[in-house]
Order: sequence, then structure tokens, then C-alpha cells
Amino acid sequence: MLKTTTAIVTLAALAGLTGAAQAEIRLGASLSATGGAAFLGDPEAKTIEMLVEQMNEAGGIDGEEIALTLYDDGGDPNKARTFATRLVEDDEVVAIIGGSTTGTTMSILSVAESEGIPFISLAGAISIIDPVRDYVFKTPHTDRMACEKIFTDMQAQGITKVGMISGTDGFGASMQAQCKEVAGDYGVEIVADETYGPQDADMTPQLTRIRNTDGVQAVLNPGFGQGPAIVTRNVAQLGFDVPLYQSHGVASNAFIELAGADAAEGVRLPGTALLIADSLSEDDPQYDVVTSYTTAYRDAYGQETSTFGGYAHDAFALMVDAMKRSSDPEDPQAIRDALEETNGLVGTTGTYSFSPEDHLGLDLSAFRMLEVKDGGWQPVE
Amino acid sequence: MDALLQFLFSGLTVGAVYALVALGFTLIYNASDVVNFAQGEFVMLGGMITVFAYQAGVPLLLAATLAILITAALGVALNKLAIEPARGAPVVSLIIITIGASILIRGATQLIFDKQLHRFPAFSGDDPIRVMGATILPQSLWVLGGALAVFAVLWVFFSRTLTGKAVLATANNRVAAQLVGINTGWIMTLSFGLSAAIGAFAGVLVTPITLVSYDVGVTLALKGFAAAMLGGMGTPKGALVGGLLLGCLEALTAGYLSSQYKEAVAFIVILGTLFVMPQGLFGAKTTERV
Repeated sequence: MLKTTTAIVTLAALAGLTGAAQAEIRLGASLSATGGAAFLGDPEAKTIEMLVEQMNEAGGIDGEEIALTLYDDGGDPNKARTFATRLVEDDEVVAIIGGSTTGTTMSILSVAESEGIPFISLAGAISIIDPVRDYVFKTPHTDRMACEKIFTDMQAQGITKVGMISGTDGFGASMQAQCKEVAGDYGVEIVADETYGPQDADMTPQLTRIRNTDGVQAVLNPGFGQGPAIVTRNVAQLGFDVPLYQSHGVASNAFIELAGADAAEGVRLPGTALLIADSLSEDDPQYDVVTSYTTAYRDAYGQETSTFGGYAHDAFALMVDAMKRSSDPEDPQAIRDALEETNGLVGTTGTYSFSPEDHLGLDLSAFRMLEVKDGGWQPVE
Repeated sequence: MDALLQFLFSGLTVGAVYALVALGFTLIYNASDVVNFAQGEFVMLGGMITVFAYQAGVPLLLAATLAILITAALGVALNKLAIEPARGAPVVSLIIITIGASILIRGATQLIFDKQLHRFPAFSGDDPIRVMGATILPQSLWVLGGALAVFAVLWVFFSRTLTGKAVLATANNRVAAQLVGINTGWIMTLSFGLSAAIGAFAGVLVTPITLVSYDVGVTLALKGFAAAMLGGMGTPKGALVGGLLLGCLEALTAGYLSSQYKEAVAFIVILGTLFVMPQGLFGAKTTERV
């Protein structure tokens, strides 16, 4: 008898809970806040938690608060899949932000597609949105766009022969392949193609090989983590005096710190407005959004923002914008439709305009060519 | 010619890092036959604690000393809290305990410190030393010197001191060692403390070159382990030579063959060593009594 009573009370309490939750918009997230991709997922998770709090303090969307359910998938695609299913079936979210890496994105993507839940990915690969999937969008530029931006800059400098040194991690390998594919379009020839392990401590042998290759005019280093910092230091150590291009994977102030300001001087990479937040002019279209995000993030966590946190910021801004415009912010289908109609939303990464054919919505102008000058990032004019 | 020299310099730089890590395995292995898979974490802690103490305004030398002492204390704690309670367990169980400890230390580090990469300045600046067209950074010489110093100290310890011989005796036969009056519990504590200190010392020296974050220990331990296997597990000479040899092989492969094969060749050499002479280059041939 007592058991039955307890059961009934528990059931009633549960029903009460779900009843209360009806007045909220349930947003789900699965990010790699720990594990190998923590440098991506950690700022992303912090950004989303901060933005949800801000939004709710300001009264939410049309008076409805956002209830965030955030899982840490540790960069494991299997876990990401489990969490995506749990988000949809148990937590009954109306939209998902997440997938810090391409691997975890692919897991979440299949759940989102089959369940009809709008999903904004924070990962790089072009295969996420090409071919276009109904419910899948993404905020970061693709690595192909980074290659194109770099080669455009090389073309302007009259550089035609390039030595590449790439990390063998997923990011480096993917960008290496993309760059080799598009180099020809810009009249650039890859004359040397070297690699290094993600945790290697010295790359002077590879760089010596590149230096001894005839006619190398510049070095391009796709990769993230410590590799690019060590490559930069090794280039300086060897006195190898050609322009060095890094990728958007190391677009942060930490890179200059790790490589050392002297060695990093003159390094160029395609980055976003976030990296030059403090030197953006006030009439820059991204000034407001970048400044308010960096200020809030510094206040909340006492850390500098990163490009990756910026991807999460933009995903959240896109989602909120779509919910506000949609006929019903608790209906996944309505949010998806509104999302696809996004036009000219200014984010930290660039200005987004989605269409049924384009679920990335950025072009090359979103990237800015940046150069290290006197120990800080400066835009290249 | 200058290319070959550059490859060798690179090999010595990387090899000295491997050697320093490999040397850390020696003490615990000699005392207990346990390969301590938390050794890489000791190296990482040496780097991380120094970085954070240095950033808090502590002078570099003091920060490094602090890091070595704290890590040594953690090594002792690891022995007292995890290894000693499992005293009767077979060696394999103890090795698994060290793997568990390494996961715990990694997790704790990312919570207590952070998940970012860090570096502190090289001891003697970043101006490369030029020798016949090739260059080497002063910090590489520090690492090389550190490896040689640790090697020398360990060699003297094992062959010239009573305590060192007591360590070897404990590994050889714990009961017999106790019977001749060796405090084997204390020997274990000592070897964990010293191993952790050597690891942290390595971390302090290599951080300006390799950079440090909470997860660098895994790869370092793996490479250090490979170096120790190549040279012969448990001999300081083997650790030193194995590390430098492995580093140079990797660099020469990257330089003359292709960087794609670099990792593979290093491991092929190790597999070869294990097949042809499993005791490594300098390991003593052991005969098991049945």
C-alpha cells in the first residue's frame, strides 16, 4: 500500500515537473567540454551557458525562458549519438547546438535528421552541409575557405611555389587535402608536402627538407595545438626567411604567446573579427556583436575569447533569432523554417544568410587576413 | 652536409626528451619490476606546476624547485595510497594501478589548472647556436645536459651506494631483501618519490621546447617507454642511449625518407628489438629459475 502511494506521489511530482517545463523553450547541446577536443568544446560550453543565462535574465524569448540541457560528449562520437538521442527523446528539446568536432557532429546529425530537430553544428568539415540536409546548419567556415583565403593572399603577393607542412591530426590532414585540391585555382603549386605528429617536439628536419626544395617562396602550416607554435619557432631557429602562413586553427593570442612574439612576427593567417576585437573600428559592422561578446566573456570567466567560443555564440544567436521570427518557438519544424530564412545576421565569425541551397551562409569575406605585428594580431590591408 | 647535421641536432633535441622520460622509469622498475605508466603524468606535472607558479610571480628557479618537490610528494602519495595497499598483488595488477593513477592525475590537472597549452621562457634565451650551417637551441643543450646529469646520478646511485644496491635487492627478491635487513617499504617509497622528482625535473627542462598541457603525458610516456625498451628496461645507460637513438632515427627518417614514415619507423625498430633481443641493447640477460 505504502509503495503504491509513493509511486503515485512520485508520478504526480513528475507530472508537475513536466507541467512547469511546458512554459520553457528547451534547447539541447552536446559539446566536447573535456577530452582531446576540450580546447574547442570548453569555450563553446562556457559561451552557451553564459548566453542562456544572459537571455533569461533579459526576460527570455517572448517571455519564455530557455531551459538548456548541456551534455559533455568528451569528443567521442558514440557518446554524442547517445546524448543526441537522449536530448530528443528524454529531454524533448526543440533544437540542438553542438558537435564540437566533425566526428561528433556526424553522430548528432543523423539523429537530428531522422527526428526532425534543427541542429547547428560547430565543426569545420564541408561534408556537414554539402550536400544540404534539411535540419542541419553550421557556423564555422570550412577549411576549404581558409585555403582559398590564404591562396588569394599569396596570389596578391606573387607567390606561386609553396611548401606545406601539416599536422597528421584530423584538422591538419583535412585542411592539407583541401588546400592541395584548390591550390591550382590560384596558380599556386605545392612543391613540398611534409607532415608531423600532433605531439612532436621538433620539426626542423621537415623544414630543412622544405628549405632545400627549389624555389619555395612561402610555407603553409595547417594544424592546431602545439604543432604550429613549434613549427613557427623552428622556422625562426633555422633562419628560414620566407612568409609563414598558419591556419585559422591557431587563430588566438595564445598562439603568439606559445610561439614567442619574436618568432611569430610576420606570421599570417585567416582569422575572424574576434581576434582583433580590441582594435576593431567602431563603424565596423561586427563591432557591436564582437565587443559585447568579448566583454561579457571576460567578465564571466576572466579568460580571452577564442574563435571556437565565437562559433557557439553565433550558433546561439542564429537559433534565438530564428525562434523569435518563427510562428511557434516550441515547434522544431517552425524553427527550422525560420532558420533557413535567416538573412544578414551579424555574428562574430561573419554575416550569415541561409538559403535552401546554403546552410553555411558565409563567404570568403567573413575571413580577415591577419598578421602578427609587434606581438599582436593586425589586419592586413 | 649541413642538412645531416641539422637532422642530428633535431634528433638529439627530441632524443634527449625521450631519454629524460625513460630515465624516470628506471628507479621504480628496478625496485619493483613495475613499469609506472603515470611517469608521463609526473613529467606533465613538473611542467604545469612550474608554469602556474611562474605565472603567479614566483621566480623560475623557485617555481621549478616547487614543482619538483610537489610532484615528488605526489609520487610518495601514489605509493602509500595505491601501491602499498595492493602489496601482495601481481606486477600486472600494479601496472594497471599506475594506469588508473595516470588517468586520475590527468583529470585532476584539467580541473585544478586548465586545458590550455602553456610554456615558460627558455633558460638561456631563444637565440639559436649555429654550427656549420645547422642550428640548435640553447634549451636543447639544457635538456641534453639534464639527461646526462640524471644518468650520472642514477649510475652512481645503483653501483656505488648501499641504498641503490638495496633497491636492486628489493626487486630481485623482496623476502630475501627483508631477511638481510632492508626496509623494503621504505625503498618503495624512496623509488616512487625519486622517480616522480626525475619526471618533474624532465618536465621543467622540456616544457620550453615541447610546451605543456594536461594531456601531454600520454605521448611522452609512450615514447619514453619505447626508448627504455630499446635501450634495456631498468638500466640508466639503456634509457639514455635508447632515447637519443630513437630521436635520431626519427629525425633521419623524417629528413631522408619521408615525414609520413617517421612514427612507423621508430616503432618498427622497437618491434625489431623485441623480436631479436627482447632485453634491449644494454639489458642484462635474465634467466628464470623454474
